[in-house]
Amino acid sequence: MKLKQISLFVENKPGTVNSALKLLADNGINISTLSLSDSKFFGVLRLLIRDWEKARDLLEAHDFAVKITDVVAIEVDHAAGSLSKVLEVLDRHQVNIEYLYAFAAGLHGKAAIIFRFADPDDAISKIRSELKLVEPLDLFREIPN
Amino acid sequence: MRPALKNKKLTQGTIMKPTKAVPMNPISAMDFIPQEQLHSLQLARLREMVDLAYANVPLFKARLDERSIKPDDIQKLEDIRLLPFTVKADLRDTYPFGLFASPMKDIVRLHASSGTTGKPIVVAYTRQDLDVWSTAVARALAAVGVHEGDIAQISYGYGLFTGGLGAHSGFEKIGATVIPASGGNTERQVMLMKDFGVTCVACTPSYFLHMIETAEKMGVDMRELPVRLGIFGAEPWTEAMRSQIEKKSGIKAYDIYGLSEIVGPGVGCSCLEQEGLHIFEDFFYPEIIDPATGEVLPDGTEGELVLTTLAKHAMPMIRYRTRDITSIMTSKCACGRTIRRISKIGRRSDDMFIIRGVNVFPTQIETAIMSVESVLPVYQIILTRDHGLDNIEVDIEVNETIFHDRVSAIEDIRHTISHAIERILGIRVFVKMCAPNSIPRSEGKAKRVIDRRNLNA
Repeated sequence: MKLKQISLFVENKPGTVNSALKLLADNGINISTLSLSDSKFFGVLRLLIRDWEKARDLLEAHDFAVKITDVVAIEVDHAAGSLSKVLEVLDRHQVNIEYLYAFAAGLHGKAAIIFRFADPDDAISKIRSELKLVEPLDLFREIPN
Repeated sequence: MRPALKNKKLTQGTIMKPTKAVPMNPISAMDFIPQEQLHSLQLARLREMVDLAYANVPLFKARLDERSIKPDDIQKLEDIRLLPFTVKADLRDTYPFGLFASPMKDIVRLHASSGTTGKPIVVAYTRQDLDVWSTAVARALAAVGVHEGDIAQISYGYGLFTGGLGAHSGFEKIGATVIPASGGNTERQVMLMKDFGVTCVACTPSYFLHMIETAEKMGVDMRELPVRLGIFGAEPWTEAMRSQIEKKSGIKAYDIYGLSEIVGPGVGCSCLEQEGLHIFEDFFYPEIIDPATGEVLPDGTEGELVLTTLAKHAMPMIRYRTRDITSIMTSKCACGRTIRRISKIGRRSDDMFIIRGVNVFPTQIETAIMSVESVLPVYQIILTRDHGLDNIEVDIEVNETIFHDRVSAIEDIRHTISHAIERILGIRVFVKMCAPNSIPRSEGKAKRVIDRRNLNA
């Protein structure tokens, strides 16, 4: 139900994002999806990777600051208004979103939105009867390793 | 491995290793001398030093003659106040051998300071001086429970710097097994520590933090190793840094004090009580002065430490201004030593920088960071000048506790640290978060301040 997201600290200068991506690539680790948020002086790169433990160990061994966070994937249709419906449910349950990003890869023709909640377990218990939560295995099923 | 160590290992958990009371080492006897006897010994030795310097060091003779002072005017210990101060510039001006008071045939060792600018300063030792030095270091080690059978790794630099050889001879004198590792090659340091069953380490505190960090990367948990204590010195460090070292490595971190001009490490050292540093007063006479007026301050008042060597013949130092800011403690130490203590030296007037008219010590910034963070991150202070205005930037490496997947959480920490520094200094600083390992590590004294103001002016 919950997914392990890897966050990386990246300094705000050319080449730092790629130094992480290249390290993963050189070790045959595929990134399923990612998002980058930035402040004026640094950024946080967030990654979803099937073998997150291997990726974490590798990144840590190369002096990256790494944090593992639980995130929740919620299935949405590829149709107008489908994300809005999900957000309505969250609103109704007063579940606050820290941030979100899309997982565009095919899930039997559907998409997934990755949510970071302050308390993922609480959020899951409130919304699970109304929304389709994506299991990690399903999420990575159609993604090469 | 020795059986004692094996047994010890069994009882070691991840918690702090207990400090066992140790029987007194005979070498510590002078630490407990009654005050009156100490004072008459100090006076006799002071007079000997003044006679020796007056007869052999032209600079010293000229300064006494200028003031119409004769060596015989020193009748009681307080008369030391009649004597002129010696400062670092005197050693530079008389480079290389101008302050020597013994003939070269009696001088068996020279050391020199790195001297960040211009010529280094040179110091000299007779055979007897070397014995005094190693005795002082051995007494420092005995005070924290180092004994025969200890395996000591000396990770201070060897060579012209007094740290390596000074610590080396003290550990040898006390009967420890000495590993002259010197500084550098940190992975090998950790390997030696592990494979040789090292029990004591001597180096700068910042280098030991680097060793802990390297050990972690190598998958070595120092808390699981037999190492039980460290003798750290050669740079100012805070109580916060001490507790961090102790927490992360499970050792006891003791403070050793010294400077090449006086002898090297071993002028003073903390005891098992870890409250201030005992000065080996029968060898080194301490005074605290007001750095602005030169006036001697009473015990308990903070000022600049001034030291006089009482048993150094190759190069006696009379009233040498150390530039270290401390105070002589007035209370008696629970360990029973009668020799006085100075409080932990957190500041050197040399390290002070002035920014927008405010005097700043790097340790003030460290204290501010530690008021926010439980673990001291690796940091560096960068001074720049932009259109004639001085700026402080404090670069902090993100670590496990600072890094967060939410940018706003990291920004919050950044602002909290920046406000904490501003509260202490009264000036605004820019705090920048940096990637792990982006700030260069030092193998000796940590370089906390990078001053780029001249380049940008």
